[in-house]
Amino acid sequence: MALDEYQKRDFKIIGTRQPRPDGIDKVTGRALYGADITAPGMLYAAMLRAPHAHANIKSIDTSRAEAMSEVKAVVTAADFVQGLGDDTQDVIDACIARDKVLYDGHGVVAIAATSRAAARRALKLIQVEYEVLPHAVEIDDALAAGAPVIQAGRRGNKVPKGYNDNCTNWCEFGHGDLDAGFAKADKIISRSFRTAATHQGYIEPHACLASMGPDGQGDLWCCTQGQYFVRTLCAEIIGMEESRLRVTSSEIGGGFGGKTTVFIEPIALMLSKKAGRPVKMTMSRDEVFKATGPTVSSVTDVRIGMTRDGRITAGEAFLRYQGGAFPCLTIFPGAQSAFAVYDLSAVRTRAVNVMTNRPRQAAYRAPGAPMAIYAVESVVDELCQEFGLDPLEVRLLNAASKGTKSSYGPTFDDIGLLATLKAAKAHPHYTAPLGPNQGRGLSCGFWFNFGGNTSVSLNVNFDGTIGVTEGNPDIGGSRVSISMMAAEELGVPYDKVRTIVADTNSLGHNDVTDGSRVTFAVGLATIKAARAAIGEMCRRAARVWDIDEDAVIWEDGHAKPAGPNAGSHQPMSLAEIARQSPNTGGPISGHHEVNAEGAGVSFGVHLCDLEVDPETGFTTILRYTVFQDAGRAIHPDFVEGQMQGGAAQGIGWALNEEYIYGKDGRLQNAGFLDYRIPVASDLPKIDTVILEIPNPGHPYGVRGVGETSIVPPLAAISNAVSRTIGVRMQELPMSPPKILAAIKSAGN
Amino acid sequence: MQYAAPTTTEEAARLLASNPKAARVLAGGTDLLVQIRAGMIAPDLLVDIKKINGIRDITAEGGGYRIGAAVSGAELGEHAGVVAMWPGVVEAVELIGSTQVQGRCTMAGNLCNASPAADSVPALVAADAVARIVGPRGERNVAVLDIPRGVGKTSLEAGEFITSIYLPKRPDRASDAYLRFIPRTEMDIAVCSAGVSLTLDSKGIITEARVALGAVAPTVLLVSEAAKALIGHKPDDATLAALGKACSDACKPIDDKRGTIEFRRDVVAVLAGRAARIACQRAGGSL
Ligand SMILES: Cc1cc2nc3c(=O)[nH]c(=O)nc-3n(C[C@H](O)[C@H](O)[C@H](O)COP(=O)(O)OP(=O)(O)OC[C@H]3O[C@@H](n4cnc5c(N)ncnc54)[C@H](O)[C@@H]3O)c2cc1C
Repeated sequence: MALDEYQKRDFKIIGTRQPRPDGIDKVTGRALYGADITAPGMLYAAMLRAPHAHANIKSIDTSRAEAMSEVKAVVTAADFVQGLGDDTQDVIDACIARDKVLYDGHGVVAIAATSRAAARRALKLIQVEYEVLPHAVEIDDALAAGAPVIQAGRRGNKVPKGYNDNCTNWCEFGHGDLDAGFAKADKIISRSFRTAATHQGYIEPHACLASMGPDGQGDLWCCTQGQYFVRTLCAEIIGMEESRLRVTSSEIGGGFGGKTTVFIEPIALMLSKKAGRPVKMTMSRDEVFKATGPTVSSVTDVRIGMTRDGRITAGEAFLRYQGGAFPCLTIFPGAQSAFAVYDLSAVRTRAVNVMTNRPRQAAYRAPGAPMAIYAVESVVDELCQEFGLDPLEVRLLNAASKGTKSSYGPTFDDIGLLATLKAAKAHPHYTAPLGPNQGRGLSCGFWFNFGGNTSVSLNVNFDGTIGVTEGNPDIGGSRVSISMMAAEELGVPYDKVRTIVADTNSLGHNDVTDGSRVTFAVGLATIKAARAAIGEMCRRAARVWDIDEDAVIWEDGHAKPAGPNAGSHQPMSLAEIARQSPNTGGPISGHHEVNAEGAGVSFGVHLCDLEVDPETGFTTILRYTVFQDAGRAIHPDFVEGQMQGGAAQGIGWALNEEYIYGKDGRLQNAGFLDYRIPVASDLPKIDTVILEIPNPGHPYGVRGVGETSIVPPLAAISNAVSRTIGVRMQELPMSPPKILAAIKSAGN
Repeated sequence: MQYAAPTTTEEAARLLASNPKAARVLAGGTDLLVQIRAGMIAPDLLVDIKKINGIRDITAEGGGYRIGAAVSGAELGEHAGVVAMWPGVVEAVELIGSTQVQGRCTMAGNLCNASPAADSVPALVAADAVARIVGPRGERNVAVLDIPRGVGKTSLEAGEFITSIYLPKRPDRASDAYLRFIPRTEMDIAVCSAGVSLTLDSKGIITEARVALGAVAPTVLLVSEAAKALIGHKPDDATLAALGKACSDACKPIDDKRGTIEFRRDVVAVLAGRAARIACQRAGGSL
């Protein structure tokens, strides 16, 4: 399908840096986050969590807790209906263990009591008898013959013979003749790479307030990336119709994909239903690490062939991901994206998901792509070293471009990879001198981006100001960008527009804030809602002037007569039309509903300079530049923020972040002390270069920018470290003990 | 839970002795309150020592300095006299936490929390600092080295608490330094650490030295072999190699989520060498 939404034009507001509407509230504490919502008569929830990686629940005795006068409700898995659709059943099973504990920290019993302290005391009175089972938390252990079966009956029907019952999903992509491709290569390198599970590390823990009335109507306030999917999931789990449950999203202190599922909301609703009172449930940091979804960990084998002049002749990858104790589809974007930056005549990826005794994974920024592309970009870098070729030139030689049949099937339209690579080549960073113990790494990155179901309503207030109502929680500055697009389209100043995020009853469905979709899809719907309002305003002006409505055009925030039969009338401003609207037909608004397509894939290139202390293995990131195609940067601050934020998270992933398990299968670092996200002083200023290759699928050319930026850092940093120490690193994180061990092994 | 904020050491000691099992001293609270919140401990009585007369003072005494037990890291770091005389101790204390934590944390709290990774402790041991302890049976002075007795254990007896820490006088051409290894640049816990205090003669030869290591054993280690490797030498490569070897040999690290045995053995030697160089430089020696 040809996409022709984009029209070139001169912008007045797009591309400027307007103040965000939520800024002052956030720095003064006025903003309401998940845990800030309260209600009269509210109870406090607490969850008893299992201290085992894998165990049968023999019995649960809650009688002593229930005897406490402060305890108003107790909930176990037995309170929920079983036999929901697989996906929804997995969601609730991950929240609260049915008959088997599947990971350390798995919920077993939830309590609602009149105070937090009472709830905690009550937990101590609950007796659970466990039968501890052998566990598997690592991919290799879960894949091994004789591995404990994490959940019986979940083996995927596409999984080939030879894989055990923990293997739930399988996929394959690619085209061309691999053998012929490898035969043309002057050198083939095969390597195996590992990445640890990392957590999104959002600062706001999950929190909600659930209130179920005796009439079966419910309200839920929660911190989420999407109130609509929360409604859908919770309604199904609790067994109510969607219209009975209204969900309102709070301000959100970070999500990065981790808040695209539920971990506490159905539990709080069930407690509220049983107690007949509102229930507040919040997670501690420890619970966030143990019982929400980090991303997958991975083992990836990569084999790539290259000619001595740098042409990649064939590429092959086999990905093994684990996403916890449940089936998981993250292998799909992993296998699809692994080679997506290259134009290849022979490419194949295969991937398997294996269950382990870990929490159910959740999306994390470009889910599945960073680890796959890390593996591929590491081998490409090594081949460049092998032939003494410039790694940027090799990328330029092999880059996907318009018309390339991508490694996962579709043929690319206008894409920005070549432009991004050329910008990197021309940037002073690429040729800056390096000192001793320093090295430079680069990597490309890719993400699909997404559009999806979107509803926007735009009201022209009588005083000439504009209210935009959208249904996607603002996790990256989307309210400001949406207000800017509305103002641009209507031709009014930015500060005349206020955008709010509505509850589930106030608008049609909106897909979750993910897939870098909001500025693209909600922006598109906003522009079209504005156009609908403009159409109505032109009709009103035509009515006032008593001319044909086709004879009115909209320009610079004014209705103007145009064409031979229009006559001469003073242009009417939006404010004037709004003021008169009660007398010309009533309130004016526009709305737009769409399942948006044409999101437009996005590419990025990262350059990283670093220094390794050869005596301690400590890595200092010295300089970092992100080059990324934004299609159109509506608000450059927020685009840069996404590029910098992705790089920062990727740096943490590459250097220090990891889920660490003990021999007992229990998580050892459920806190920010030992789960090491970078602190501010760990990072240099991350430079950004925004490319704007308009996306034909958006009226202003927007492409999502939120995810691509976390993809390249893993390989960029690994390549820089490998070049600095002269050893090819094959495992993340590259914490100092690993780097020092690699240096020593090379010395011996 | 009860909270008391006595104004005299006698009253504080009496309160602590009245309920020796369930009472805890509260200084900055940056360990204690975290542990209470995490449910690790549930004391019945908190005795806040910050209101005790004089306990937040730094006083010159006998050519050295007596640091009150409730002096915060930030206050210590602003005391020109201590900074000039014991820069290694001050830099160790200033590594604790962040600006916010610095406003509350104390050396005595760091010491009595008895973590093997406590940052100020190796520097205090290298400095040969002495803690003054008050308890039901009066006052006694104990070398800082003798306070930690294991992970989370001290040699303080029931009802006892530290009222001050004494940093002794030091000769001319003497100084100290402290370095720790963390995987980040701040807000972290030492994987291993080294404090070195030394004195030089007029030619730059080390005449006295104390080397203390952190996070490589259940308690801080004072390594006399390491001091011997330094004494009689300039901090040249051979001397520092000998120092490093003595440190690696002396330490008894474990493998854990923060580092491996091998890594700690290697890196503690590197840190001791680098700290020795810095201390020499500060003492007026040339490299
Ligand atoms: C965010 C953060 C970062 C941190 N970073 C570091 C770091 O980098 N390095 C590091 O070493 N530590 C660090 N800590 C731990 C802590 O800040 C230090 O150990 C600090 O020195 C403790 O001092 P305090 O006065 O707050 O002790 P408190 O918490 O008040 O007390 C600690 C313990 O010592 C006892 N105690 C306190 N004073 C006395 C006394 N005078 N006599 C007897 N017993 C006493 C208390 O009863 C308690 O058991 C950090 C803590 C936090 C929260």
